[in-house]
Order: sequence, then C-alpha cells, then structure tokens
Amino acid sequence: MSTLMSGAKMLLECLAREGVDCIFGYPGGVTLPFYDVLYDHHIRHILVRHEENAAFAAQGYARVTGKVGVCCATSGPGATNLTTGLVDALMDSIPIVALTGQVPTKLIGSDAFQEADTFGITRSCTKHNYLVKRLEDLAATVHEAFYVAASGRPGPVLVDITKDVFQGQGHYQPVTSIHLPGYKVFTEGHTGQIRRAAQLIQESERPLVYSGGGVIASDASSELREFVERNDLPTVNTLMGLGGLPSEHPNFISMPGMHGSYAANMALSGCDLIIALGVRFDDRVTGRLAAFAPHAKVIHVDIDPAEIGKIRTPDVPIVGDVKRVLAKLNKLMADEAPAVSETLTAARRAWWGQIRHWKLEHPLQASTSENEIKPQHLMSEIDRLSGGQAIITSDVGQHQMWAAQLVRFSHPRLWVNSGGLGSMGFGLPAAIGAQMARPDKLVFSIVGDGGFQMSIPELGTIASNGLPIKIIIMNNGYLGMVRQWQTLFYNNRLSSVTLDCFPDAEKLAGAYGFKGRTIDKPWELASALEEAVREPGPYLLNVKVTSFENVYPMVPAGGAINEMVLGPPQPVAVPAK
Amino acid sequence: MLQIISLLLENKPGALMRVTGLLTQRGYNIESLTVGRTLDPELSRMTIVVDVDAHQRQQVIKQANKLINVLQASDLTESPAVIRELVLVRIKMPQETRTAVLKEAEIFGGRVVDSSTEGFAIEVTGDPEKLDEFIDVMRSYGEIDVTRSGALAIALDSKKLRLQPPVLKVGQALSPAHTTE
Repeated sequence: MSTLMSGAKMLLECLAREGVDCIFGYPGGVTLPFYDVLYDHHIRHILVRHEENAAFAAQGYARVTGKVGVCCATSGPGATNLTTGLVDALMDSIPIVALTGQVPTKLIGSDAFQEADTFGITRSCTKHNYLVKRLEDLAATVHEAFYVAASGRPGPVLVDITKDVFQGQGHYQPVTSIHLPGYKVFTEGHTGQIRRAAQLIQESERPLVYSGGGVIASDASSELREFVERNDLPTVNTLMGLGGLPSEHPNFISMPGMHGSYAANMALSGCDLIIALGVRFDDRVTGRLAAFAPHAKVIHVDIDPAEIGKIRTPDVPIVGDVKRVLAKLNKLMADEAPAVSETLTAARRAWWGQIRHWKLEHPLQASTSENEIKPQHLMSEIDRLSGGQAIITSDVGQHQMWAAQLVRFSHPRLWVNSGGLGSMGFGLPAAIGAQMARPDKLVFSIVGDGGFQMSIPELGTIASNGLPIKIIIMNNGYLGMVRQWQTLFYNNRLSSVTLDCFPDAEKLAGAYGFKGRTIDKPWELASALEEAVREPGPYLLNVKVTSFENVYPMVPAGGAINEMVLGPPQPVAVPAK
Repeated sequence: MLQIISLLLENKPGALMRVTGLLTQRGYNIESLTVGRTLDPELSRMTIVVDVDAHQRQQVIKQANKLINVLQASDLTESPAVIRELVLVRIKMPQETRTAVLKEAEIFGGRVVDSSTEGFAIEVTGDPEKLDEFIDVMRSYGEIDVTRSGALAIALDSKKLRLQPPVLKVGQALSPAHTTE
C-alpha cells in the first residue's frame, strides 16, 4: 500500500512521473498547500512576475523541447491572467498544462475571495479543461491532462483544483491506462489517399510544398527533407514552420504570406499542386482566398480532421500525423518510382527556373544605411552571430516579420514566436522558458520597444535566475506595425502609436544587476551584438533603428498574395503630431 | 437553413457548455437543443437545431467530434431520420368554439391534458413544421400560450460508433498515440 499523502503532494507525484522538471508560476492563497510541498521538492519553480508570462514561459519551454510545458497560478486573478497565454498556445497548437487553484468546494458559487469561474472562462481558451473537486479524481485527471495536451493536435489543457483537494489526504494510485472513448486521434493516414497523393506528385509539373507548424509539432523535419529531396520539390515554410526545412537547403524558397517573399508568394500562386503539410491555410498566408492558388490541386495532410476543408477543399485529404504520413509517402515513392517522361522533366526544370528567376527578381535583402541602423541590418547581424543555430524568440510586429524573413534556422524548434494569436509581450517570457529548457543554447529575444515594455517586470525573473538571455530591442520609437498600417491605409494619421518615453537601457539593466547598452550607429552594431553574446549573463541591448521603415513585401489586407507591394510608394518621412 | 445535428456525449459536468460554446463562439444561434440520458446512464443524446449553411454545419460537426466528451456527432439534416417535437398549448376561447377547437386538436393528433371553463391545455407531438401549423390554427380560435420541447431526432440507419480503446501507460512515459487509420 502506498503511503498516505496530501493532494498537493499527490499532484507533485503526478508531475514528477510525467517528467516535469520545471514549473513557471505565481503562488497565492489557495495554492499555498501546493507551494508548501514544492518547497523541498526537486522540481524547480520559476517565479515569474505576472501569470500571463508563466503561460508564455511554459510555451517557450514546450516550443523548444516538444515536451509539455507547465504553468501554475492561483484562483481568481491568477487564473484569469493566464488566459492570453492559453489562447496563444491553442492557436499555435503548443502543449502546455496549466494548473490553477480554486476556492474550497464548499465556497464555489458563493463569490468567495478570489473566486472566478476558471472552468467556464477557460473553456474556449483550452483544448480541454477540468475542475477537480474530489481527491480521488486528482491523479487520473492530471495524467489525462498531460496525455491530451501532448497527443493528437497538441494544445493547452487546464486543471482547476480546489483547495480542499490540495489539503485532503489520500493514496496515490499509479494510473495504468487512460480511457477517453471520445478522443479521436488519427495518426496513420489513409493508405489509398497516400497512394493518390503520390500519384498527383508524380504527375505535377509545378508542385510546391507548403509546410507549417505541424511539421515542427510532429518532429517530421527529417521525413520532410527526404520527401523534398527525393522529389526535388520547392518548399515554403510558414511563420510557424520556419526551421522545418533548413533555411540553407537548396529546395527552400522562404516564407509565404502577407510579409512573405516575392518568390514564395509567386510560387504559391503559380503552382499546379500544393502539398500542404501541417498547415491551416491561415488568412495571413492565403490573402484573398478566391485568388489563392486558383489553378492548384491540393493535397492536405493534417492531424486535425476539422482543418481539412475548413478553408480550402483539398483534392486529396489525408488525416494523420505528418511524420507518419510522410514516412509512408517516402517509402511508397521509393518502392514504386515510375519512369518520368521527358516532358515532365522539362516542365519541372522550367518551374525551378521560374522560381529561381523570382528569387533573383526581388530577393529579401538586408538594406543598410550609413548613419542609421536599418531594422533589416539588425536582423542580418543577429543572423550572422546565430549562424542558424541560436534560439530566437520574437515578440509581435515589424521586428517579428523582419526576423522571420532574414534570420536563418538550420533546425526546427529554434524559432519561437506567437503566430496565430499575435500576442505582444510574448517574446521575453518565452525566452525565459526556452533558456530554462535549453541552458546550453544561445537565446536571443528579439523584441520591439512596445512589446518589451509589456514585459519589463520579467527582467527580474531573468536576473534572479541568472538566465543569459540576449534581449535585443528593435527600438523605432513607435508601435511600428500599427504605425505602418496608419501610414499606408489611414493617411498617415499616427494615432496613439508614438512611444516617446523609453527607459535608459543601461540604467534599466543595471537596476536589475546586469549589463545593458543603447546604440544608434550602424558601425556600433556588430561589436555591440558580439559584446552581448560574449557576456556570460543576461544582456539588454537597445538598438535604435530608423523610425519609418515599413515591412515589405506586403500583401494589403484583402489582396491576393501575388499582388504584393514590394517597396515604399514614396519616401516616407512624416513626423507625428 | 435549419440544420439538425445529433450528438452522443459523455454525461459529465461541462459537456453541455462545451457544445453550446462551440456554437456561440461562432455567433450561431441555436434554434433548439434537447438533451437526455441514453440507455447507458453515463451518456447523453443531444439534438441541436441550428441555423447555419451546409458548410458551416460540416465545420460544427467536425469541431463537435473534436470535443473529448463527444463520442459521435452526426448530421441528420440530409440523412434519413425521424424528427419529432412536443408542444403544449394553453388556449382560452369563447364557449361556442370549444367543439371546433377539440375537432382541430384531433386532426393534429392532439390530446387534451387539461380542461377548464376558460379553455384547454392541449399536447401535440409531430414534425416541427406540423406544430407550427397547429399553433397557427389554435391562434385563430383564441388567446394562446405555447411551450415547445425543441426537436428530438433519431437516425433511421444505425451508424457504427467507433470508440477509442484505452491508452496504456508504459512506465513513466505514455505509449505513442493510439493508431487508428
């Protein structure tokens, strides 16, 4: 018979058995019993400065490892503060488990102190959620939560636990199986459809692989590589899929979409077959749907049946895990490679020629200036130091797009950004989780001056845990992406986008006990970044860049993706009011 | 167009909220929703009537199937099914039309469940459109109050229910996701 233990201890037992080594959280009244047992347990607890950042940090951890990230908050405000991070994880299919305390069962519904309907509030923020009111349900529920978060299409799962469950005494019963009769996970892919897909690929004259976050989530990058090499397929990686195929790979074109490259968007528009792998035809990729790849047939592989046909009806739907489907497809195409006709070979060669032409016609370039630091210049310098190896976490906005365009990734799980929800304030706390998970890795957190100011409290978390994160602020003095839209579509009426007060970076970092510096000259850039990387501890580098740079190419909202604006219509230099 | 969706779901706290949330978060208006226990007391059968187009219906069914508490979501709009609803009508009318009202109720297969000097309470089951007609007819005789149950439906061909087997935990780590083609 196992020993009698408290619910709080039992929760820790479950977490330890799930292989959890680190929790990001913030304690409070009803989670006191849990924090008491955590006090002398080997699982590390990282005290963040705001619960939202606990969820972002747990995501950072999950995104770089593929393991389930864990965050923890108290009842009421603690739980409600988690919600942005939960929705963010839901949109990007990131496996995290959120543990929240709830007021004692007897008090639920009485408007008790710090009571909120966490179970109700987080229904639409999570893949699944639970309210545990009986100690005997605790262990099975927690193990189930980890299983649901990590399996199928991954996502956030919340377990709300009442204080009396934490305080109750019971025996931990090892959970030997999980029975969820209604939880349908389809991993294998339909053999007949895979066969049809192979045939379409073999017949296509202008094929294109459109690869996304699903390739990262299922660790399918080696299968993807084999697939594109075997068939010599041009490939675009979405914002969520960067690193799925290495940026340096000869078959890699670049990122498509609203701020995607000319070549990637032209290739998507002009292909006759889209091989969509772990993507959801997001509006930021497709632009105006009616004009999106109008002549292309579509093979759509996704583990989530609801994604198939949601936006674009595929010719060949394959519900399955991208890794397994690609492995089968590779095997099938290796076993039964048909003789390729000369006309097809010629057509494929012409297609590649066309793509290379597009790439040369309007390449993504890091423009530089003699007296000012261009944001693109900053990204290319970070890229030089990373060499495709560093973890880059990004916030949301212009810097995110420039980083996605210009920083190379040689592996999956290096690029960490808030893709679907676009949550500002994501980048810095995500870097905390990433660095905790990968202490061996160089972590750059590229943030704007807007998002950074949402995250300043976390400098305390970084300092107290000695996390050597290199925080690079792309500081243009504006909420740049909103400013860009106001410039382009609202007659340059710059409404509430000026960030004219920004703290002195050296003093700010110094106040937390680490180094910081502000630069604004292009000749300082390389050495300042090198200094940041050499510094053994955290470093805050505030890079003042040109204020009125716009991200190009740009597909205006509602436009077709082959109707890109490739550069500024005229010199933009209108000061704010 | 009204779409009829039938769900088999686990009888667990929050299960109803997940289904209705799925519809409300998309701004769809639920015309009617009925839910009750099945032969297995741990399961409920839900019939939803919702005003969406056919593509949206497909999405609702797929999204409902994704819910962990939902064992099966199926479309009854375009497949053979019997749809019934119950209506209770309380009617107040002048003495001289009492016989006529009873006659009309009889035509619709109605049953008088209460009778007073002022009028009747009548129960009718039938196709929802039939009930609309019945209500119109009753209104022509006097002042009425109406309570409808919402549509109940049963498919005429049985659909194979595919339940997922338990997933075994091996040591600390879980076994790979169960494999279903």
